[in-house]
Amino acid sequence: MLRLMEKATPSSTVILLLLFALMPFLAPILGEAFYVDVFARIMIWSIAAVGLNLILGYGGMVSFGHAAYIGIGGYTIAIFSFHEINNGFIQWPVALAISGAVALLFGALSLRTKGVYFIMITLAFAQMIYFLGVSADKYGSNDGLNVWHRSHFKLGNVNFKIDDNITFYYVIFFLLLLVIYFTRRLVNSRFGMVLKGSRSNEVRLNTVGIRTYSYRLTAFVISGVICGLAGVLQANFEKFVSPDMMDWPRSGELMFMVIMGGLGTVFGPVMGATAYLVLSEILSSFTIHWHLIFGPLLIILVLYGRGGLSGLFGKSND
Amino acid sequence: MVEEGYRAFSGKVMIKPLLKTQNICKAFGGIIASDNLSLEVMTGQIHAIIGPNGAGKTTLINILSGQLLPDSGEIMFNDKIITRLRPSKRANLGLARSFQITSIFPDFSTLDNVVFSILARSAHNFRFWRPTNNDDRLRIPALEILDRIGLGARAEVIAGNLAHGEKRQLEIAMALATQPKMLLLDEPMAGMGAEESQTMISLLNELKSDYTMLLIEHDMDAVFALADQITVLVYGRDIASGVPSDIRANEEVRAAYLGHHEEIT
Amino acid sequence: MDINIFVEQLLNGFQLGMLLFLFAAGLTLVFGIMDLVNLAHGSIYMVGAFTAATLTLWLDSFILGIIFALPLTLLFGMVLEFIALRTIYARDHMDQVLATFGLILFLNELVRIIWGPAGLAIPLPILLDGSINLPLGIVYPTYRLFIILIGVLVAIGLYWLVAKTRLGMLIRAGASNRVMASALGVNIRLLFTAVFGLGAMLAGLAGMLIAPINQAQIGMGEEILILAFVVIVIGGIGSIRGAFIASILAGVIDTMGRAFLDVLLLALLPSNAAEAAGPALSSMLIYLLMAAVLVFRPQGLFPPRGG
Repeated sequence: MLRLMEKATPSSTVILLLLFALMPFLAPILGEAFYVDVFARIMIWSIAAVGLNLILGYGGMVSFGHAAYIGIGGYTIAIFSFHEINNGFIQWPVALAISGAVALLFGALSLRTKGVYFIMITLAFAQMIYFLGVSADKYGSNDGLNVWHRSHFKLGNVNFKIDDNITFYYVIFFLLLLVIYFTRRLVNSRFGMVLKGSRSNEVRLNTVGIRTYSYRLTAFVISGVICGLAGVLQANFEKFVSPDMMDWPRSGELMFMVIMGGLGTVFGPVMGATAYLVLSEILSSFTIHWHLIFGPLLIILVLYGRGGLSGLFGKSND
Repeated sequence: MVEEGYRAFSGKVMIKPLLKTQNICKAFGGIIASDNLSLEVMTGQIHAIIGPNGAGKTTLINILSGQLLPDSGEIMFNDKIITRLRPSKRANLGLARSFQITSIFPDFSTLDNVVFSILARSAHNFRFWRPTNNDDRLRIPALEILDRIGLGARAEVIAGNLAHGEKRQLEIAMALATQPKMLLLDEPMAGMGAEESQTMISLLNELKSDYTMLLIEHDMDAVFALADQITVLVYGRDIASGVPSDIRANEEVRAAYLGHHEEIT
Repeated sequence: MDINIFVEQLLNGFQLGMLLFLFAAGLTLVFGIMDLVNLAHGSIYMVGAFTAATLTLWLDSFILGIIFALPLTLLFGMVLEFIALRTIYARDHMDQVLATFGLILFLNELVRIIWGPAGLAIPLPILLDGSINLPLGIVYPTYRLFIILIGVLVAIGLYWLVAKTRLGMLIRAGASNRVMASALGVNIRLLFTAVFGLGAMLAGLAGMLIAPINQAQIGMGEEILILAFVVIVIGGIGSIRGAFIASILAGVIDTMGRAFLDVLLLALLPSNAAEAAGPALSSMLIYLLMAAVLVFRPQGLFPPRGG
């Protein structure tokens, strides 16, 4: 199974997408209605993973704090909802804008460092956001905040609700396709080429005259916004947010999804998220102590599953 | 770019220095890598820097290209002070460099390696939409450079798979593609055999007429075949500077080289 | 402002700093010399705490509990190094982060199975469980003073080790240039083992010392781990001196910040803003400090490699 995850081939991509598309129909047939929920969750995480992969897989920026942007997106929705502003046309753009703004700030500072310092500073910044959530007594602190109403899109003649789970499922699916398509165009463009080059040999790229910092920062912001979108969807889907959704184990899980699926491929993160979540579901249904198996499994994956990531990254990154 | 005046070096024509350093000093802990270096590279000339290992040649190039900042001193390029400018800015001003230890993009095709330089000189890189792999505005100029260097046939080969000599050629190509006014070449012939070196020397000879160059080299044949001016560095200090024939005859230089290098004949 | 509270919080800050130092010293050494990012350092801290708790209960003595728990924790660390960590030395840092992340999941679950999901409290011996009268009329918990004392002793001991012994010389050589050190014939394998063992014991000790205050708990390692990373980034990776100074700085800023920031803010801002911002800002202070250091001095305050 680990081999399967190494390369997202066209056929496996199509199969998985078809699975996503048809799940609402398949689930009742299989007699497991909750599969729709499981796959909605998988798609939401896939969106976040695609976002992280942009900078991790293509740009070689190992951000250990991207769950923070998921949290920012989610909490924005929850806070709006708390103050009884449920219009999606207000909530969503603001949530994405804040995610982007915070990514801009954190990215601008973090990208002045590299290697392990970068890993640690992104982690620490994410912790700041986490603690912000924990200390926000008004908004639930550790207990979290309920989102009583899903976003409601109301403007002029438009009156769109996502209260129905199936409808929302397809909204998520559509957004996933959009994010994948957008990422695909991005990585094949001039911008994408510079980004990939900066992972391969940043010094050389600067020497020929390209200021890689601006490109990497832009990519960082875009990836923050995409994760913010995932957070927006999660808040709406679960109708609940809590600081846990942005703690550093979440960031670690996100990294695992990206790596399992294949760094530097557009569809890989989707496969990785699917594999990670399906594996978690299966294992946790066997025993409450599933971490005992999952932990070593992840270690083995890191060591052998992708033929060693060092080959793709090279220690020269430090 | 070609200054006919360089042949009239005897003093008739005024040529300006394209690159000029003033009292560049750089120390690492207790080790002095650059000791009050002041040199000038005249427009249209090839200026070679030679010296035993550890003389501070690579440090000098790193300071010139911006990878290192000097402790003190100034660098002027094309009448602009560039001492503290970041490397990408210096490249944009026309100062290109190649690396002693090959520094290419190994996972990309040879052509794409040069495309990066083409991208660098274009202002329009924050383009998110159009794919690059069939963009002729990038590929055609890149192919031209490769042809000039002699790597045209290898355009689609993954750069990591090129032979060592070809990689060294690619190094030059990447620098050339930025349309520089001046090239900083750090041991372009590093690790090359006799035949490959000859090819490189001919190449550099050809380029001589279009680009000013600062050349660091150990290969004395190359140095004396190409250089208009030679500066000798020992322990970070400039012990001699002048035309090749003067350097050949210089006592101090002979002393510095005896035991370190092939005799300068 | 009451001078008592001020001094008390200052001492608390030092106490936190000492604990952080014990934990961070090992982390920074392992990082600096072995180039290993070990997230499971926190797990050793946790195991130390639980082991000490159990031994204290069995032996009916906190001091004995610590004395016997230390070598056991060392053993645990060595086993961990031998089985799990050797394989990732050569990997890049991201691989190390992920592999040790998986290790944390495993170890947390293991501890849960052995000791149960609830925390374990450690009773203090009468000697340490009281207060001491300090000058200026300040009354301060004996145990916290004890922690500060231990921390200072360890700091002195480490200083002596690094500055005056052969092992220390090897450590310094290794921290500033590993490749060079190994080229000079230093037995790197042995050095690694010694360094890791030292780090493990220090982490375990930190866990044992905090346990009477906070209980031995699953997941306690992760809380302090992040703070420790911040400390070693501020102090400079591989530098014990840096870790010491940064730990004290971090401990004092964090503690004083939490205690007095809202007072300060109330003086500057309208009360509801101050009340809302206070707790949030104080928990972020230490990260702001780290961000500032990274911006102005990216290699940390006391980098052993000399920048």
